Amino acid sequence: MLRFFGRRLLLLGVTLVVASVLIFAITNVLPGDVGRIILGPFAPQDAVARLNAELGTDRPIVIRYVDWLTGVARGDWGRSYAFDTAVFPLVVERLGRSLTLAVSGLVVLVPLAVAAGVAAARREGGIFDRVLSTVSLAFGALPEFVTGVFLILVFGIWLGALPIQALPPDGAGPLTVIAHLVLPVGCLVLLLFAYLFRMTRASMIEALAADYTRTAELKGLPQRTVIWHHVLRNALLPTITVIGAQIGWLVGGLVVVETLFKYPGIGSLIHFAATNKDIPLLVGCSLAITFVFALGNLAADLLYAILNPRVRHGRHAH
Amino acid sequence: MTASSTGPLLELDNVTISYQRRRDRVDAVRGVSLIIQPGEAYGLVGESGCGKSTLAMAVMRHLPRNGILSGGQVLFEDRDLFRLNQAELRRVRGGRIAMVYQNPESALNPTLKVGEQVAEVFRLHRALRHRPAAEAALDMLRKVRIAEPDRVVGLYPYQLSGGMRQRVVIAMALAADPALLVLDEPTTALDATVQADILDLFTDLRGEMKAAILFISHNLAVVQQVCDRIGVMYGGELIEQGTVAEVFKRPRHPYTAALFDCIPDFGVRKSDRRLAGIAGGVPDLAALGTACLYEPRCLISRQLCRVEHPDLMRAGSRHLSRCFFHAETPAPGAAARVRPEAVPVPDVTAGIPLLSLHGVGRRYGRAHILKDIDLEIAPGETFGLVGESGSGKSTLAKVISGLVPPSAGTVALAGERVAGQVGKRTGRQRRDVQMVFQTPDTTLNPRKKVASILGRAVRVLAGLGGKRKRDRSSALLGDVQLPVEMLRATPDRLSGGQRQRVAIARAFAGDPRLVILDEPTSALDVSVQASILNLLLDLQRESQAAYLFISHDLAVVRYLSDRIGVMYLGELVEVGPTERVFRPPFHPYTQALIAAVPRLGGAAPERPVSLDKPAPGPSERPEGCPFQTRCPRAYDRCRAEAPPWRDAGEGHMIRCWVALDALEASQSAALKPRRVQAPLPIGRRP
Ligand SMILES: Nc1ncnc2c1ncn2[C@@H]1O[C@H](COP(=O)(O)OP(=O)(O)OP(=O)(O)O)[C@@H](O)[C@H]1O
Ligand code: SF4
Ligand code: SF4
Ligand SMILES: [Mg+2]
Repeated sequence: MLRFFGRRLLLLGVTLVVASVLIFAITNVLPGDVGRIILGPFAPQDAVARLNAELGTDRPIVIRYVDWLTGVARGDWGRSYAFDTAVFPLVVERLGRSLTLAVSGLVVLVPLAVAAGVAAARREGGIFDRVLSTVSLAFGALPEFVTGVFLILVFGIWLGALPIQALPPDGAGPLTVIAHLVLPVGCLVLLLFAYLFRMTRASMIEALAADYTRTAELKGLPQRTVIWHHVLRNALLPTITVIGAQIGWLVGGLVVVETLFKYPGIGSLIHFAATNKDIPLLVGCSLAITFVFALGNLAADLLYAILNPRVRHGRHAH
Repeated sequence: MTASSTGPLLELDNVTISYQRRRDRVDAVRGVSLIIQPGEAYGLVGESGCGKSTLAMAVMRHLPRNGILSGGQVLFEDRDLFRLNQAELRRVRGGRIAMVYQNPESALNPTLKVGEQVAEVFRLHRALRHRPAAEAALDMLRKVRIAEPDRVVGLYPYQLSGGMRQRVVIAMALAADPALLVLDEPTTALDATVQADILDLFTDLRGEMKAAILFISHNLAVVQQVCDRIGVMYGGELIEQGTVAEVFKRPRHPYTAALFDCIPDFGVRKSDRRLAGIAGGVPDLAALGTACLYEPRCLISRQLCRVEHPDLMRAGSRHLSRCFFHAETPAPGAAARVRPEAVPVPDVTAGIPLLSLHGVGRRYGRAHILKDIDLEIAPGETFGLVGESGSGKSTLAKVISGLVPPSAGTVALAGERVAGQVGKRTGRQRRDVQMVFQTPDTTLNPRKKVASILGRAVRVLAGLGGKRKRDRSSALLGDVQLPVEMLRATPDRLSGGQRQRVAIARAFAGDPRLVILDEPTSALDVSVQASILNLLLDLQRESQAAYLFISHDLAVVRYLSDRIGVMYLGELVEVGPTERVFRPPFHPYTQALIAAVPRLGGAAPERPVSLDKPAPGPSERPEGCPFQTRCPRAYDRCRAEAPPWRDAGEGHMIRCWVALDALEASQSAALKPRRVQAPLPIGRRP
């Protein structure tokens, strides 16, 4: 297990380095002339040159990369042009919000989808299975702004039961915070439920039909034990990988949801940075999301390994 | 517990089990009545699809979702199993009746330690707490004689060999000390050597544990070794039942007799007798008339059989048969009088060998899959290749056919060196070497018609087109004894045997000089196997092709081959003419293989070498002799240096440090039968 963990950590390091090189390269090398991009096509050439010198883009590329990286490690992520503040605290604040949303979404979604998947698989082809499969598929096919607008209309405006803004007022108590999060989280859940549900259902059906499940049943174990002790461990493996792979997107890709619910998360920040050509901010956001993405995958891998001895031990069969 | 001392342990009373299928309903088991007494071992045999597993699952009350008990009762310890409530049922399952089935690969939970999986039974049925249950599990693993039980408890299934896994499953089944053990083909997926050990284990455990056994197998010799009584199933019906001694001595149903004749008894050669297959196939359960189910295939059927369905009738004091004319059942071995047409004897010594391998090796990284293989096959010869799974037989076959290029050594066809990759060989060379695999399903495109499968082979291999291509395709189909209409069928509509025939026809499309047959009959019923073996002999007589025949079934290899090579861990360890290889002196490994063959007639020799200890993997190959980790005769020298080839004369070569006369002396002594039963006529020539 320790060796496995070590290898994963190493891999994480490699991912981060590669990603940082890529981010650095895309924003510093490919366009050729950062100053020109920032100032636009009509700016005078000497202004561009001045800006480039200020940014240091005329120095050798490797040195710039190392400089940049040490800065990043120290928390010096540069200044945002658009906001004219330090990038790092801004990104951290937005990231925190996005994480809150994503984690709340997962906390509701995963138990719900897994439980539904298990229940549907146990009565494959039954009423519950058929209804849920169809309904979830329909919801999953809707774009998130449709479900979002629908939720806002029904719960926020007609019923007036829930706040339609996700961001609670400053100093709000935990209940208010939760109330504000209900609609965006609901939107997320509707969006992802079908995917996770069907994934769980399919691997559950496979695991239920497996010989080892029959062995467990023929041992005389009660259904509950068969499911909890024997089937779930095997059936959840693919689901875990999927969730791990989705975390990066859940944190950074929710532009529509964040916009709809006026929730200033990192998704809308990155969108803003891109449209405003705020390169330091763009880099900061990319870095943060890469980090979350890598950590999410690491967590999923570790969970996977805890459930699957084969991975944990490397492939040493007789 | 609740075992009543007087009544039978298990009683099936007129049991019928039906499956609901998309359009119809079929009775997979029809009106079966049988009784198993406490402590008795009852064997159930029959061709694939005749309802054996369905019956076993009914005894566990664990039918597939679309299966129901549509008639009769299953009584266990005087209680109707199908009327128990869930709690009672759970106490019976695993507690009073336990089951072991075919596939040890998948029967264990891959994510739990095996010790835990055994301990679970103790906690559940013996109400033991965690610690004592774990200790009891360890004890149980000891009882099933697994190597290093203390280590094994902490391992996961994928870390164990197939034989060890099956021992764990058996330990699990025996944990609650059940009154009945249901074993559905428990050794079929295992190597012969491992099978022999597991069967020995059952024999020993029966002495210790008193559990009754319902033993399902398609292998008659295995049933004979383990069981007291035997039932034969056909088309869902029980068609014969009696003591093993009686049924094996004098079967009273033509189907049983025919089954015996399908199997080459160990020692029978192709020049001795032709195997009798059973013409036709098992009945379609959805379309059964009122006749005797076996009538279409029966050699002694009469008018009566076509109009009336026979009941089980008495054919001896404890012997039942579902045949009107059971007294006229031909004695097994009658087919032995069918002398084969002269079998050509290839001249191995003269001329240029058809195939010669020199120093052939294949490695992946540090692992030697094949090492230093020298081998020659003469034109028209049948060379048998044996060895446990993982010994490199199939890799060798692929190297010869060019599917896997060798990483060392040379391959020559008719004295001419050929390229390692099939793509770089000439057309003639490619045509010369053809291959037939164990499961034709994977090599025959299920959506293509047989006509196009064969047509393509004829075009590519024989260079024919148009009408001549079609004529040749039909002729090939005729050669493998399939009706021409089958040209229009797709492989998924054919039976396993028919598919294998198509694969063989395809291999013969371009007049090959060497056909490699990799376990061509291992997935087939014995009746189908017999007809395929006969077909191979006929084709060889006409085409003069040489065969490289790979099988783990020594009786079949011995029946068919002129010469035999024994492989171990990627090396040849013994080569020689068939009859020489089966006589001492043997390589110690060959000796263990031969001793593991289950035999009809019961006269198995002492098994001096137990191969239960798994072979090291190719990457853990020891220095010196590869067999040293399991060889009972290994000494210092075997661990230091690779052993030399020793010449036993007549082309019989053995690779071992022990001198041949020393080997021979001890092995001849060991060959004395260990328990001689009354001589049985099965398969013996008159
Ligand atoms: N779930 C099912 N639904 C429909 N038909 C089935 C089902 N299971 C088995 N059958 C059919 O029932 C018959 C008996 O099958 P069963 O598996 O009991 O045979 P078997 O004697 O164990 O064969 P084998 O030697 O191949 O294991 C076959 O015709 C099979 O196709
Ligand atoms: S009843 Fe007739 S057809 Fe059936 S097995 Fe007996 S002789 Fe053959
Ligand atoms: S060389 Fe040694 S280890 Fe190898 S088979 Fe002979 S006696 Fe056994
Ligand atoms: Mg079966």
